[in-house]
Amino acid sequence: MEAYLIVSTVMFFAGVYGFLSRRNMLTILMSLELMLNAADINFVVFNRYLYPGQLDGTFFALFAIGISAAETALAIAIIINIYRNLKNIYIDEVSKMKY
Amino acid sequence: MAEQIIFYVLAILIVAFSILSVTSRRILRSATYLLFVLIATAGLYLLMGYQFLAAVQISVYAGGIMVLYIFSILLTSHAGDKAKPVSWKRLLPAGAAAAVGLAVCGHIIYHNVNKVMSLVPFQEPTMQDIGRTMMGTDKYQYLLPFEAISVLLLASIVGAIMIARKR
Repeated sequence: MEAYLIVSTVMFFAGVYGFLSRRNMLTILMSLELMLNAADINFVVFNRYLYPGQLDGTFFALFAIGISAAETALAIAIIINIYRNLKNIYIDEVSKMKY
Repeated sequence: MAEQIIFYVLAILIVAFSILSVTSRRILRSATYLLFVLIATAGLYLLMGYQFLAAVQISVYAGGIMVLYIFSILLTSHAGDKAKPVSWKRLLPAGAAAAVGLAVCGHIIYHNVNKVMSLVPFQEPTMQDIGRTMMGTDKYQYLLPFEAISVLLLASIVGAIMIARKR
């Protein structure tokens, strides 16, 4: 089981590194997807190895996949709106507030 | 034995492509590497015996969300551009945070490695099991979260249309 946990740990912290160091908003979102997927792998692994008769972990992962899909769609809509108005989706260049 | 080989192949794919995805300077390559990571994750679910979850992962994540990402990347940037190189002052705290987190989690895993769990052969959940668990109202069944997530999806659709429509 630990081998699975090591894989998901590396994936999660690769996502953390990508989230903190990227400039493009879309790549920040993609690192967020990596983090969510790593947590889903963790849930499924614990379900399989510690509670093989039940389905709790897989259902948590299922709902997490659904919620992540909804949140990604909404975040991409916001980013496209930002691009339409400011022509720019780099985090450090979108710094002008409304007033 | 075959399971070990498949696991190592998938694990190396996941680790390599996830690191490549966060360090590549071209966005479209980053998206493609992420797609490979998601497909390899579905392979891991399949290896553990959860076919429904693997199918959902491929159809929703690899087939839906990545298509959305590629659309939005092509809408907002010239594909093939290299991003500007990020300065040292930004990379160092990010790398430090990731390394510290990896060290903490790695220490916890290493500390508990002798409590190794073995793979008990189990009944793979059939579609009847999954359906009964999703639609039931007893103790370990998930009708209420199912209805809640459908309300969430409706709210997200309405919100996305409101945000992204043409004025």
